[in-house]
Amino acid sequence: MRDSVWKILRFLRPLIAVSAGLAAGLLVTALAGENPLHVLAILGRSAFGSRYDFGMTLFYATPLIFTGLSVALAFHAGLFNIGAEGQLTLGALAAATVGICFPGVPAVIAPFLAGLAAFAAGALWGAIPGWLRARRGSHEVINTIMMNFIAVGLSSWVTLYLLKNPDSQNPETQAVAPSYLIKHLDFFGDAPLSIALFVALAAVVAIWIFLSKSTRGFELRSVGQSEGAARAAGISVGRMQILAMALAGGLAGLVGVSEVLGNATRFKVGFSPEYGFMGIAVALLGRSRPLGVLGAALLFGALHKGTADLDMETENITRDLSLILQGLVILSVAADGLWAWLDRRRSP
Amino acid sequence: MSENLDTILQIAGSTLRLATPLLFAALGGLISERAGVVNIALEGLMLVGAFVAAAVAYATHSPVAGAGAAMLAGGLFASFYALFVVKLRADQIVAGTAINMLAAGVTPFLCKIFFQSTSSSAALPMDSRFVSAPLYGAWIFVIAVAFGLGFTPWGAWVRFAGEHPEALDSAGVRVNRVRWMAVILSGFLAGLGGATLSIFLSSSFSRNMTSGRGFMALAALIFGKWRPWPTAFACLLFGLADAFQIRLQGVVLWGSDPVPVQFIQILPYFVTILVLAGVMGGSRAPKALGQPFLKH
Amino acid sequence: MIELKALRKVFGAVVANADVSLKIERGSIHAIIGENGAGKSTAMKMLYGIYPPDSGEIFVEGRLCHWRSPRDAIAAGIGMVHQHFMLAAPYSVFENIVLGVEPLWPAQRQAMREKIKALSAQYGLAVDLDAKIEDLPVGIQQRVEILKLLYQNARILIFDEPTAVLTPQEARNLFANLKKLKSEGKTCILITHKLKEVMEASDQVTIFRAGAVVGEVKTSETSVDELASLMVGRKVSLRAERGAFEAKNVAGGGSKETGPVLRVKNLSLKSSLRDLSFEIAPGEIVGIAGIEGNGQSELLQVLLHPKEYHKKMSGEVSWLGVPSLSGSKTLSNSEIRALGVGCVPEDRHQEAVLLKRPALESFLLGFQRRSRFKKSVFIDSSRLAQAAAEAFESFDIRPRDPALEMSKFSGGNQQKLVIAREFEFSPRALIAAHPTRGVDVGAIEFIHAQILKARAKGLGVLLVSSELDEILALSDRVLVIYEGRIVGEFKHEEFSTGQVTEMDLGRCMTGVAK
Repeated sequence: MRDSVWKILRFLRPLIAVSAGLAAGLLVTALAGENPLHVLAILGRSAFGSRYDFGMTLFYATPLIFTGLSVALAFHAGLFNIGAEGQLTLGALAAATVGICFPGVPAVIAPFLAGLAAFAAGALWGAIPGWLRARRGSHEVINTIMMNFIAVGLSSWVTLYLLKNPDSQNPETQAVAPSYLIKHLDFFGDAPLSIALFVALAAVVAIWIFLSKSTRGFELRSVGQSEGAARAAGISVGRMQILAMALAGGLAGLVGVSEVLGNATRFKVGFSPEYGFMGIAVALLGRSRPLGVLGAALLFGALHKGTADLDMETENITRDLSLILQGLVILSVAADGLWAWLDRRRSP
Repeated sequence: MSENLDTILQIAGSTLRLATPLLFAALGGLISERAGVVNIALEGLMLVGAFVAAAVAYATHSPVAGAGAAMLAGGLFASFYALFVVKLRADQIVAGTAINMLAAGVTPFLCKIFFQSTSSSAALPMDSRFVSAPLYGAWIFVIAVAFGLGFTPWGAWVRFAGEHPEALDSAGVRVNRVRWMAVILSGFLAGLGGATLSIFLSSSFSRNMTSGRGFMALAALIFGKWRPWPTAFACLLFGLADAFQIRLQGVVLWGSDPVPVQFIQILPYFVTILVLAGVMGGSRAPKALGQPFLKH
Repeated sequence: MIELKALRKVFGAVVANADVSLKIERGSIHAIIGENGAGKSTAMKMLYGIYPPDSGEIFVEGRLCHWRSPRDAIAAGIGMVHQHFMLAAPYSVFENIVLGVEPLWPAQRQAMREKIKALSAQYGLAVDLDAKIEDLPVGIQQRVEILKLLYQNARILIFDEPTAVLTPQEARNLFANLKKLKSEGKTCILITHKLKEVMEASDQVTIFRAGAVVGEVKTSETSVDELASLMVGRKVSLRAERGAFEAKNVAGGGSKETGPVLRVKNLSLKSSLRDLSFEIAPGEIVGIAGIEGNGQSELLQVLLHPKEYHKKMSGEVSWLGVPSLSGSKTLSNSEIRALGVGCVPEDRHQEAVLLKRPALESFLLGFQRRSRFKKSVFIDSSRLAQAAAEAFESFDIRPRDPALEMSKFSGGNQQKLVIAREFEFSPRALIAAHPTRGVDVGAIEFIHAQILKARAKGLGVLLVSSELDEILALSDRVLVIYEGRIVGEFKHEEFSTGQVTEMDLGRCMTGVAK
């Protein structure tokens, strides 16, 4: 009897971790002088309160699915991709660039073309630290962070010098040709949710098949499990690392589809509320499994929507609460030793 | 001729200034990593230090109080990190990333409460800022860390904790206690590094003002092969890249227009990647780096 | 005197020690023997405070002891020389010895040095205090380890498989040191499974089997054969029966190959391999003997991964008649494997299996691109499951559950899985590196039989092992490697007829003589 209870508890670990993180986060709000229950109520209402609200939650969840998959895939190859932020920036920029430079492309293929460009740009941005890790042995964590900063510089240069929107004071590009825009999901009212959500769902399925069914996916996972064993089995470790980072970068790059083709119609400097970093929390909470990523992305989408509204509805709480919550959730998921300790106490 | 000399001196001066936050942070990272704990969290610890220093210096008009508070805040945050990586054996890189996010969230949160703005703190008057003390302080710490690691019992324990923790344990020294201390010490130093950003190099705290310096400090540490002096020189190298970056803004190198500022700003990051890629062979990380110590 | 009374220790479902009682006299050399998993290490780890016993009592010099950690045991005068030395490689001998109680000022430092020097003179353990550990040979490192225990005032020294890493000469040296320690009143406990050493060095022997003590004898009143049968619980042949595995006696025996399976000519790699030349014929086992670190690992790496090393090496290698290294042309590891070269890697956990994944995946590893296990770009999981089930049966891998996580299998069963995998696609050549390392006796017999069977079927086998017994039992030819050079070559007959002895080989392995 106790055993089965324990099994259920183990299964619910991620949920427990999230709850612990949330509780700690609400405690922070209490310290800031807000009533945590009030905050919680606002969070819930603003994430799920109406069709529009839920649409917004899904809108935020879409890029998080991409970045979560990105981080998760790299994890499977034993790599830590903190560079999804830079990869998605360049992905979005590439989608916008294609949409601006080739306005004549027919609507049937235009979104595919832009999507491909987004994927390719992200993949390139991921492959560079992948290559550096594989061939020069330099740590991908530092390099992906550096690549994030370089991506910011590069994208704002392209935006301001090459593709500037002449009608706006904001750092943003011109709009892409209308043929590139993808279908809006009207069910959710004004929420800028588009069929990019389905692209994200398709990516979940594709990555699940790739990782668990395909030969190449097996090789990639082997590298993550044991570089030595993979190498002794004739698998090129370096090539797999580059591949994993390129795929991870490509997935992050697809954020360009939801942002540029599905929402803003253009590239705006700083459009991402750090989707790339949230992807880390999403991947960890989802235990790097595609379905887990999907669930975690929905959760963080809701949290993000909720905290965005807190900004307006409370005195002291800002959307930065979202970052705090993510940090706390990651910590509670990562505290392996806590579970091991509980396990040990259970079996003396 | 003298104009050239002036330029060189100016660049040398700003190299030293810009290297100070890196020096503090890299020394902190060095202590923690030599004890076997990867410290990706440097970035966040610096950020916390930067905010606390600005806030306390603003309130007390004393840069020393600001720096002291930053040190304590860095240590406090670091002990939170240590709780997870030493006690609870969380993955060090993952937990470090979480600490960075936490710091990135907590600092604007507090900034809003204290200064009614999430983007920056109020400007500090001259009397609340350091003029040159951190410039010398950093190098005193380099000497202290080099001596402490190499010639004191405590230094030997730190080194063994990172190289062969089981040996240290069987010699009767509690490995995890050494690691706790090392991580907290690294928080002190990273906090000080952050303080130099907000109350020495500039006159206020601003959101995400560390902009990757914690990671550069890590890169410097790897480039310096986990040894104090080479690490310090690597910090100077990054300081130089930063100095050039500032110097080159608005300068016309070719054609008629100045080089776009975006290209110049990425220079330090680019240099970091190049430097890391250049580290090959001969560099040996502490053997137990990244592995939690679990007694049988 | 040490007395263990009715010690019991259970790990999960495994009873490591059922009811262990034994006495060890002060000032003796006491050997503790048993197979892997017989419980001898567990008992000693309880004595040393690494594990607390579930029940039972430990008496040291008449006093009942409750250790909370090894620190308590050390304080009570018990020291342990571990298989993996407790020494940090980049630091000096002195730093390693005084760890924990470092000198604070020069005079103190001087006094400590004097104390160590006095100890090293008293026990005949000469060592340079300022040398870095990593620059010292393994035998000297062990000496540092002993010195460290003496410095900590250990009166009882436990040696865990101390000769596993030593040459025959170094082992002799160690035994001389043990006798010296004994004559100075120290008690030495020797955990080992090498019976010849037990006979040579000990006064008293305790035999463990299946978690319990099954015998206690005076060394002077027993023999290797008696110890062996006590240890295993049945009569065992200590030497694999090569005769039973001659080509004519094995189904499908006899060679189909004509040329040499492996041909190595003037192979050099920087400073680690120097001008190696040898060939392996079909149906021949060639053993590489040598002290670890004399180029064996490098040789294996170069033979298996020429592409990664080709800029640093010279010479020619061909596998099964196909050049894998000649001039600037090299084959990749997967191309070499595709030729039909099977490999049991050196380090099972690092190179052979995926510990945290189902055993099935370790079984697939390396052969995932073979058409049998592929369905377009996907893994053919039904065929894989079937092949694995068959292999588990024919290689007697237990438990028979390919879906179980690899780490849940014992070392012997993991190794059997690796061998089953490498034989799955009928290789024509086999590299076996330390094939029985960390494997229990039953599995050793089985693995040796598999290697001999492969030989009978005409495979050429390159055997690398630090167990001299294993090399001598299996090899048709033994090449001795020293500092990256082949310094001796012996035929099986020379050993079996006693023309060449183990000591001769040992001298050769240390570069003293051919």
